[in-house]
Amino acid sequence: MPRIAGVDIPNEKRIVISLQYILGVGPHIARQILKATGVSESVRAKDVTDDEAKRIAVELEQKYTVEGALRRLVQSNIQRLKDIGCYRGLRHRKGLPVRGQRTKTNSRTRKGKAKTVAVKKSIKAMR
Amino acid sequence: MSRSLKKGPFVDAKLLRKVQTQKETGDRQPIKTWARACTVVPEFVNHTFEVHNGKVFHKVFVVEDMVGHKLGEFSPTRVFRGHTGKKVKGA
Repeated sequence: MPRIAGVDIPNEKRIVISLQYILGVGPHIARQILKATGVSESVRAKDVTDDEAKRIAVELEQKYTVEGALRRLVQSNIQRLKDIGCYRGLRHRKGLPVRGQRTKTNSRTRKGKAKTVAVKKSIKAMR
Repeated sequence: MSRSLKKGPFVDAKLLRKVQTQKETGDRQPIKTWARACTVVPEFVNHTFEVHNGKVFHKVFVVEDMVGHKLGEFSPTRVFRGHTGKKVKGA
């Protein structure tokens, strides 16, 4: 199996699909790469020749930000927002949704697992 | 939807004028402003603003990274004081 972009070892799938296991490569970029390198989309990843693999690797290296570099880029963008103290940065700091979604309910992706809060008895129930 | 590029960024004309006179006089007093919708343009860098949030003015010292954001983004309008009976965790 070919090793492309550092540690990523795609598998027995078609090369278009297995390229997408690389962080930063989706359907669109995978196809662009194959088009630019002249590799057929439907060959299995294991059947890609060394020469073709090398061309793909070079193409990725030169034109796209992937894996570690991409992670670092995203992190630094978030860090920038935090440093300038803008609204989006504050939301990132608090771990709340950044793009104006409701937080009364939902937002579980950002807020994490629900922490149940004890409900105060209503006035009626206390009588 | 994002703003049409044709129009360019929205900059409060009065505020920009104030910044420019500050540049000439070399005066670095904070400028009080209500123009929260005003985009931060490169001219604003190293100037201090006091941006109104509906109640008070927040002091905002503009650095280069802030260019392209709106002044209002730096002056929060809501204060979250926490929920009742919630234990305070470390910062």
